[in-house]
Amino acid sequence: MIEIRDLHKSYKVGSNSLHVLKGINFNVAEGELVSIMGSSGSGKSTLLNILGMLDEADEGSYTLDGVVIKNLNEKIAARYRNKFLGFVFQSFNLISYKNALDNVALPLYYQGIKRGERIDKAMSYLEKVGLADWAGHLPNELSGGQKQRVAIARALASDPKVLLADEPTGALDSKTSYDVMNLIQEINDEGRTILVVTHEPDIAAMTKRIVNLKDGRIIQDTQVNQVRAQENV
Amino acid sequence: MFELERWEEIFDTIRKNKLRTFLTGLSVASGIFILVILLGIGEGMRNGISQEFQRDAANIIYVYTGVTSKEYKGLNPGRRIQMKNEDFNYTALKHQDDLEYKSSIFRIWNGIVNFGKESGSYRVEGVYPDYQFLENSGMVEGRFVNYKDHENFEKVVAIGKKVRDDLFKDGKDPLGEYVQISGINFKVIGVFTDPGGEREESLVFMPLSTAQRVFGGANNIANMAFTLEPEDNFEAALAASNYFSTEIENQLKETHTIAPEDESAVSINNSLENAKRFYDLMDMIKFFFWGVGICTIIAGVVGVSNIMLIIVKERTREIGIRKALGAEPLSIVGMVLHESIFVTAIAGFIGLIASLMLLEFVGPLIETQYISNPAVNFNVALTTVFILVIAGAIAGFFPAWRAARIKPIEALRDE
Ligand SMILES: Nc1ncnc2c1ncn2[C@@H]1O[C@H](COP(=O)(O)OP(=O)(O)OP(=O)(O)O)[C@@H](O)[C@H]1O
Ligand SMILES: [Mg+2]
Repeated sequence: MIEIRDLHKSYKVGSNSLHVLKGINFNVAEGELVSIMGSSGSGKSTLLNILGMLDEADEGSYTLDGVVIKNLNEKIAARYRNKFLGFVFQSFNLISYKNALDNVALPLYYQGIKRGERIDKAMSYLEKVGLADWAGHLPNELSGGQKQRVAIARALASDPKVLLADEPTGALDSKTSYDVMNLIQEINDEGRTILVVTHEPDIAAMTKRIVNLKDGRIIQDTQVNQVRAQENV
Repeated sequence: MFELERWEEIFDTIRKNKLRTFLTGLSVASGIFILVILLGIGEGMRNGISQEFQRDAANIIYVYTGVTSKEYKGLNPGRRIQMKNEDFNYTALKHQDDLEYKSSIFRIWNGIVNFGKESGSYRVEGVYPDYQFLENSGMVEGRFVNYKDHENFEKVVAIGKKVRDDLFKDGKDPLGEYVQISGINFKVIGVFTDPGGEREESLVFMPLSTAQRVFGGANNIANMAFTLEPEDNFEAALAASNYFSTEIENQLKETHTIAPEDESAVSINNSLENAKRFYDLMDMIKFFFWGVGICTIIAGVVGVSNIMLIIVKERTREIGIRKALGAEPLSIVGMVLHESIFVTAIAGFIGLIASLMLLEFVGPLIETQYISNPAVNFNVALTTVFILVIAGAIAGFFPAWRAARIKPIEALRDE
């Protein structure tokens, strides 16, 4: 599903350049649930942003579902993001003036789906994350866990190939974190490929594979026995 | 793109961001409002000043004489030039095809007018019947002096409304009554009004012939007044009027042996010349108000641009989210512009309608000396709304374009 070869990324900081990713090689097969770990500043978010086409690598190749991702202009990148990818952020990134349902429906708007169908689909995803009753609520009327579940529903709405989650539980307490991980596991059980960036070993343990990053390099990449979040609730 | 969907998205945004919409709208609406009111007042000033200038016939040419200032053909300077009936008759005959109205004027100084116990001092003048039209006077009752009065040396007078109000108390009808001027009885045959107001209604007119005979004027006249037949346009009228003025000046100078370059002996007041000044003044007022108007529009455009800048800044994160979810840059620009054009257009029309209503209902009530019936050309007002909307769109385009081009991660990092 994802193949990256020799990926490099530097940021310009003043007159210096900061080499953040120093040659990443990494494959993800369809249906995997991968966690990316590493200390702060190791380049986890940078990697995920490049995978999410929110940012571009300086060097190396990236193939997503057989499509070579290279020299994208904004327009094509937007289309690929819409078609292939779903994002879940630590800070939720819901649009504050739209209610839960409209937030979930937004990716569908950019797919050109008519309003009626959009609302139906969005509603079914809200049901899936257990928030059908909260459809009409604005983000600031929801708890952190609920917000993240709305964000997950939104990420799923466009039926993406890969779900990318950057510290999805970073702003949540452990009980709520497990709820969210439970949801992520359920989605993965249905066969969707998911990458989760996290700091927390217990969250990483709930995935099927842990990739460890240090100073812009992968130092460890291990398959693990998945801990079901359900058992921790 | 999916037009209807876009509209829904815009309405959604507007509905849920009422304050932002209100503030944008307010600045646009008030800009248009101020502009239209301003243009309306400008128009009102033009109307008011026009009325001020309409005291006499617009194209009247007034001839009067003074004292010579230059020696000429052995005659000393300081000679008083006295026009005679012959001067008037000669001109009237020579230019009979060009003249519309003509009259000479004999002035009776110290015109004390009595009726019963009431008396007052007024300008008393002997004139030809045409003088009514030269003065732009209208009759309230009775008639003006006519040619028969003139031929028969009738002792009749037409009095101004002010004279009537002064002398004839308790609403007494002056027609057929006799007033005394310097002790001599004159029958009142008419009462006139004048657009020049009270000053021009404090006058008493009698036939020229009567005046000259009764008040020892021989065949002397004080002034001559003429209007020329109308021309097709202002420029032609001005040319004809200037030509006539020169003719008459030369004629008088020749008859009365005055140096051609003598400036003070013969004066010709050509009101079309004044009219030109008046039209120039009008144009200046117009330019001034347009200048202020354009500044208002510029201020409005700057205001709208500022608001657009703030809105786009405020929405940077939202734009980042939308882009992450698959919004193309063009759709972001489209969304921002669509909303801003919609809001400025609606607000512009609200401002337009409010100001037009104000002018419509309050305008006619304003009747000061210099402002009358302020109004504004609807097309002009409409155009200003379009200018503001288009300018707002252009002003909004650049921040929107910039925002649409920021990388989504940068937009998302924006706290
Ligand atoms: N836009 C940028 N400009 C300059 N430097 C950047 C930029 N984004 C990230 N960096 C730097 O790159 C390095 C890696 O950042 P990254 O966000 O990938 O770290 P991370 O592993 O996600 O850390 P954390 O766990 O704290 O989120 C950091 O040193 C960071 O300061
Ligand atoms: Mg990070």
